[in-house]
Parts: sequence; C-alpha cells; structure tokens
Amino acid sequence: MTDLVEHAPAREKSSFINDPKVRSIGLQIIALIVVVVLGWMFADNARENLAAQKIATGFGFLDNTAGFGINQTLIPYSETSTYGRAFVVGLLNTILVAVVGIILATVIGFLVGIGRLSKNFVVRLISTIYVEVLRNLPPLFQILFWYLAVLSAMPNPRQSINLLDEVFISNRGIIIPRPLFGEGTGLVLWAMGLALICAILFGHWAAARQEETGRRLPVLWVNLSLLIGLPMIAMIITGFPITFERPELKGFNFVGGIRVIPEFVALTVALATYTAAFIAENVRSGIQAVSHGQTEAAHSLGLRNGQTLRLVIIPQAMRVIIPPLTSQYLNLTKNSSLAVGIGYPDLVAVFAGTTLNQTGQAIEIIAITMGVYLVLSIITSVIMNSYNKRVALVER
Amino acid sequence: MSLTFDDGTFIRSELETPLPPPRRQVGIVGWVRENLFSSVLNTVLTLGGILLVAWVVPPFVRFMIIDAVWTGENREACLGPDVGACWPFIHAKFGQLIYGFYPIDQRWRPDIVFAAGILLMVPLLVPSWPFKRLNSLLFFVLYPVVSFVLLTGGNIDASAFLFEHFGLIHALVGDVTVAGVNATFWVDYVLTAVAVAALVGGLLALLGGSGTAAARTTLWVFLAFGALVLVWDIDFGLEYVETRQWGGLLVTLVIAVTGIVASLPLGILLALGRRSQMPIVRLLSVVFIEFWRGVPLITVLFFATYMLPLFLPQGTNPDALLRALVGVALFSAAYMAEVVRGGLQAISKGQYEGAMAMGLSWSQMMRLIILPQALTLVIPGIVNSFISLFKDTTLVLIVSIFDFLGQLRASFTDPNWASPVTLYTGFAFAGLVYFLFCFGMSRYSLFVERRLNTSHRR
Repeated sequence: MTDLVEHAPAREKSSFINDPKVRSIGLQIIALIVVVVLGWMFADNARENLAAQKIATGFGFLDNTAGFGINQTLIPYSETSTYGRAFVVGLLNTILVAVVGIILATVIGFLVGIGRLSKNFVVRLISTIYVEVLRNLPPLFQILFWYLAVLSAMPNPRQSINLLDEVFISNRGIIIPRPLFGEGTGLVLWAMGLALICAILFGHWAAARQEETGRRLPVLWVNLSLLIGLPMIAMIITGFPITFERPELKGFNFVGGIRVIPEFVALTVALATYTAAFIAENVRSGIQAVSHGQTEAAHSLGLRNGQTLRLVIIPQAMRVIIPPLTSQYLNLTKNSSLAVGIGYPDLVAVFAGTTLNQTGQAIEIIAITMGVYLVLSIITSVIMNSYNKRVALVER
Repeated sequence: MSLTFDDGTFIRSELETPLPPPRRQVGIVGWVRENLFSSVLNTVLTLGGILLVAWVVPPFVRFMIIDAVWTGENREACLGPDVGACWPFIHAKFGQLIYGFYPIDQRWRPDIVFAAGILLMVPLLVPSWPFKRLNSLLFFVLYPVVSFVLLTGGNIDASAFLFEHFGLIHALVGDVTVAGVNATFWVDYVLTAVAVAALVGGLLALLGGSGTAAARTTLWVFLAFGALVLVWDIDFGLEYVETRQWGGLLVTLVIAVTGIVASLPLGILLALGRRSQMPIVRLLSVVFIEFWRGVPLITVLFFATYMLPLFLPQGTNPDALLRALVGVALFSAAYMAEVVRGGLQAISKGQYEGAMAMGLSWSQMMRLIILPQALTLVIPGIVNSFISLFKDTTLVLIVSIFDFLGQLRASFTDPNWASPVTLYTGFAFAGLVYFLFCFGMSRYSLFVERRLNTSHRR
C-alpha cells in the first residue's frame, strides 16, 4: 500500500491559475472591475452630457411649481402645486387602478377558471374562448380598443345610458352618486370598525370551538348580520348621516356626483379582463393539481358538492394558485403603466411623461419611477410570500 | 331458458338480457340532461350562456362578413346605415401596416427578410427535421447579420479603432478605400487584434498559464467581430433606409425577434451566473435579473429613450429604434434568464456529477451535457416569453416608434377613410393578426410540451 503511494508519479506542478479557487476569485474580481468601470464611464459621460445640455441635477425640482393640470386627482392638486405633489397624485392614480383592477381580475379570473372545469359544455366553451382570445391580444391593443372603440362610442351626456337614475354612462365617463358625510358619520364608522373586529373574533372563536367539539356554527350568517346590522343601528340612531348626491343633467353635462373618467374605466376594465384570463389559467391548473382522490374521499365522508369544493378542494388548490397569482398581480400593477398610451394620469404619464418633458431631468425622474415600481413589486411579493408560507403544505 | 319443477319451483338458468337504460339517460337527450340541465343553477348557466352566444356571435359574423364592404376607393364606399367592416380600408393601408414608410420600390428587401425568416424558422420548429445545429447557427448568427444589411442597406462607416486614435495609421496609409471598404480602418483593426492578442497571451504566459491558447482565442474573437464589421462595411449598392422609415409589422417582428435572439445568450449567461458558486457573480446576476423583472417595460423604454443617451459619450446619438432594441433586449434577457434557470434546475444532479466524473471542465460540462438538455426542456418557456415579447412590442408606440399597432392608430386619422366603421375594421383586422400570431405560437408551445412529456407520462 505504501509502495503505491511512494511510487506514484510526483504530481506535475501546475500553475496557480489552474487552481479553481484562484480562478473563481480572479473571475469575480474581473467581473467587479468591469461593472465598476462601466458604471464609472456612464457616470462620467452623464456628468459631461448634463453639463453640456445645461440640465440641472438633484431632486430640487420636486419643489418647483408644476404648472400643468391633471384630470383625475385623489388629493387636492392644482396647476400651482409642485412636481412633488404631481408625483404623489400620479402614484395614487396608479395604486387606484392597481387595486380596483386586482379585485376585478381576481373575481373574473376565479369565475372563468372554475368555468373552464365546469361539466356544463356551454359554460366551458365560453370560458375557453374568453381565455384564449383575451390572453392572445396585446394589453395595449385591448386598452386602446376599450378606450377608442367602446367608450368613445358611448352616447353623449344628454342621451347617456341611465341606470336607475343613479348611474349614467356616456362618452364623458361614468357618473356615479357622490356620498355626502353629514354629522354623526363618525359613529357609523366606529360601528363598522367594531362590527369588523367582532366578526373576526367570532370567526376565530367559532373555528376554535369546531376544533374542540366538531360542531359548526353558522359563521357566515352571524358575521353578515353583524357587519350589516351594527352600522345600520348606528345609522338609525344618528338619523342617516350619509346621503348620496345624485348626478343631474344640466345643459350639456352633469352636475353633482362623481365622474369616473373614461381613461380610468378603459384602463381598469382592459387590464382586469386581460389579467383575469391568466388568473383563470392559474386557477384551473391549481384545481386540477388536487388529485381526484380528494374529491372521492370528501364525497365518501358525506360532504356535498359545494362543501367538497369549499372545504377540501379550494384550500388545497390555493397552495398551487398563490405563487403565480402573485406574479399576475405584479404584472397588472406594472401593466398599469400602459396608461400613458391613452392619457390616464398615472405615475408614468404624469411623472416620466409630462414632468420629464418639462424639466429634462431624465436620470432622477426615471430612477424615481423605476424605484417606485420596484418597491411596489417588493411589497407585493413580501405580503404574498408570507401568505404563501401560511398556506403552504406543512410536511412532517 | 328456465327450469320449472312440478312443485312450482322456478329456477332461472340463464341471465335475462338487461333492459336498455331509460332513454332519457343515453344518447343526445341523456348527454344534454346530464351536462346542461342537471340542476337549476346549471340550467340557468346554460340558458345564459346560449343567450350570450346568440347576442355576440351573429352581430360579429354580420359585421365581419355579411354586411362588410369588400370593394371601394375611399370612404364613400363605407358610409351608410347598416355597413359592416370596411375591408377596402385595410386593403388601402395594407402596405403601411406591414412596412410602415419603407420606400415602396425597396420593399423587396423586407420581403426577402420575411421569407428567409420563415424558411429558417420552420425547420427549426419541427422537432423531427435534421440539421438543427446548422439551422440554429444560420438563424441565430447569420440571419440577423444579413437582415441588418438588407434592411438598413449596410455600408455602415466603420469608425476608428485603437491605433487610429493616435493618428498613427492615418499617417501610415492615408485615406484609402478599396472596393468600398475603408482600408485605413482594417489595417488599424488587424494591428489592434495582433497587439491585444499578444498582450493577453504574454500576460497569461507570465502567470504560468497557456499563453498561446489565450492568444488564439483572442484572435478568434477579433476575427468573428471583424467578419461582422466587414459585412456591414461592404457597399452592396443598397439604398440606405433609415429606421425612422420602418414601421408596421416589420418593426414589430424586428423588435420581437431581435429581443429573443439577443436575450437568449445573455439570459443563459445570467442564469449560469445566478446558479454559480461565486458570490459576487451570483449577486450581480440576481440584482440584474430582479431589477429588470421588477420594473414595467414602459419605464425601460423611457430609460432607453431618455436616459441611455446621457450615459454614452457626447456626440454618439444612437438611433431611436436601436435604443428601444437595447431596452427590450435587457428587459427580456432578465425573463429569459429565469426561464433558462428553470431548465437548469430541472436537470438532475447526477448529470452534473457524471460530467465531472468524466473529467470534463466546467465549460465542457455546460456546453456538452447540461445546456443541451436544459434548453430542450425550456423550449415551451422560450416560446411563451416570445409570445409576451411579441405582445409587448406594441409599447414602442409610446416612444413614437410606429409598430403595427402604431401604424394602425395613425391610419385612423386619414380623412380619406374617415367613416363610422373605420375604427372597428382596424381593430378587427389588427386583433385577428395578433391573435393568429400569439395563438399559433401558444399552440406550438403546447405541442412541444406534450412531446417533451411523453417519457414521464404514466
């Protein structure tokens, strides 16, 4: 044995650059140098270019007067407001589209996704056509279609489509009643909050009780009556403080009510229906991922179809659905930047569009805009990941 | 047959033929009862669905075909109370929708590019056809170069290389042009190549490595790059067509195909970087990938349009389409990296260990064992990212590059064709084109997925 070792040919002395460790460190140093040099070159060029074009640098411009109007503002804003304020307005508009779009897309997506698996041939056919058509058309195409072909084709305000004298749809947008908060609204809001807390507590208590005794309490009905009843009682006590201001046709336009601008409607509807097609596919594959044995086992335990779906299939399917659902929500949020194509005043249109054109400070503005989307992405994925962790399969 | 005994006992010795099932449970009637009207909710859904179909389909067919106008010279043909789609409008605008403002007498050039693309793409997509290696080499290397020359006209002025900066070569050779090729530049280029190769080789030899191999590799890189520049430098006698004149489906396809072709190598590198053991390389890859995946494409295009020129040396003002292409390539490279990473992760550890046990180096292992398997696995993923890239190309209209959708939108403003149905006709046509492209590709990706799945099917 020792013979072998002794007589083994002496290992040929290899250069140290063939040592994997040295190589890996060397490669990394080279990569770092390349990145740093590139970054330095870019920064140097940018400095020269900015100086040559006499473009100001820094974030001071945020305090300057914007001087342009925005046709949908969730917070008070006027032409004399600052660029910083315009940024907040744009950001809020983006968030508004994202939130409304996500809710709509989830509802439509789940309905269509379940419809894709329906035994009913007609429902299945319609769901399949919905998914295939919506998924295969570019989102910007769909936004332009809703904006130019659907909403612009609506009648003028005088001939607007009248829904129960409360909501009017015309080519100027959708007019809905405006809630007016009179005295005593505070109490109603408190009652709502209290009802919500009670409902959550009751839900937990009922779940714990079911764990213990096996008996199910009518959680849905109790909570519904709590959530509706308590604020109702508060309303009655305070004498109905919340009233609605109805829109009325005066001359050629509406007075009163809230006008939802057509750009918002087009963008939200287009994004929601587009994203819903993808969510539907996620839902379908999620449900299909639950093995058929689960359904059979649930049936043999005596659960009805609805109970099987609600208590056995959906909770397990959610595990598969959540991760891709997260990325769909992110996609919708990112796609809301297509607003600039139809002039909806979202973050990109207001900030990376108008503000950039006026100030020329491309680096700061685009960095801020990209930063906002990155932060939104990170927040969404953190929330979704924590939820995902909660529903994920706990293995032994 | 049955037996009957004297005492009245009855014993059946053969099975009676079963009665047919009730008629309401079999055949069309049974299927309809079972599938469409099994419960109240189901009945409501069925009737609602049928109503929806009846409400949507007949008007659609009437608009597209029955009431449509097929011939005409201008808007006059499409005016009228019950007129459907105005197809002559599409006919009149067809050239614009496909080529943009590409000079009409030069349109044979994009035609050749389209035809060559189809000729190279189809054999690449059919899994059973041979010569995949050669084919992909042609499609991913030669085709982009040829297309570039054909579409722009080539004859790009090759600018100074390393030594020209010192005025050395110019003093030596002067301004010499041989057959439309700038000889001054090429002398410069060759000298630079030799110098750099010598430098790299010498440095490595000094460190104890194989200097000649390194020098050879460097020379090969210079040769490949030089060949590329030479093709662009030669004057083929083609008229120069600036990219501002490009438009329509041509631009859509140029952006989508360039995006995919450029993002594939970049994405593979990034995916390998993300899976690498080296912490700095991994960190750089992760930051790059997550950054581009976290921002919307439109901000990337804004970045490429407004911010990129600021980062380049003064005086270089790259073309608008080129800037958009850079943005799209970076953006899709990040997505491609994740697709490729999925493939790399799907390869079992045994393959890596087997390759290492065979004594293959890291690059041999990747090139010969891992990547061929991983890339085959992710073909559906690549096709899917091509579909989303194809849909995303529409966004360039926001930075005023007139792609297919941009041309369509521009054509709506033509007063010659202003009619109530122009808008709907345009959307119907564009929708059909986009749908056919994307739907076709998604079917292909499904086909490949099924084909790849066969071995795992139970």
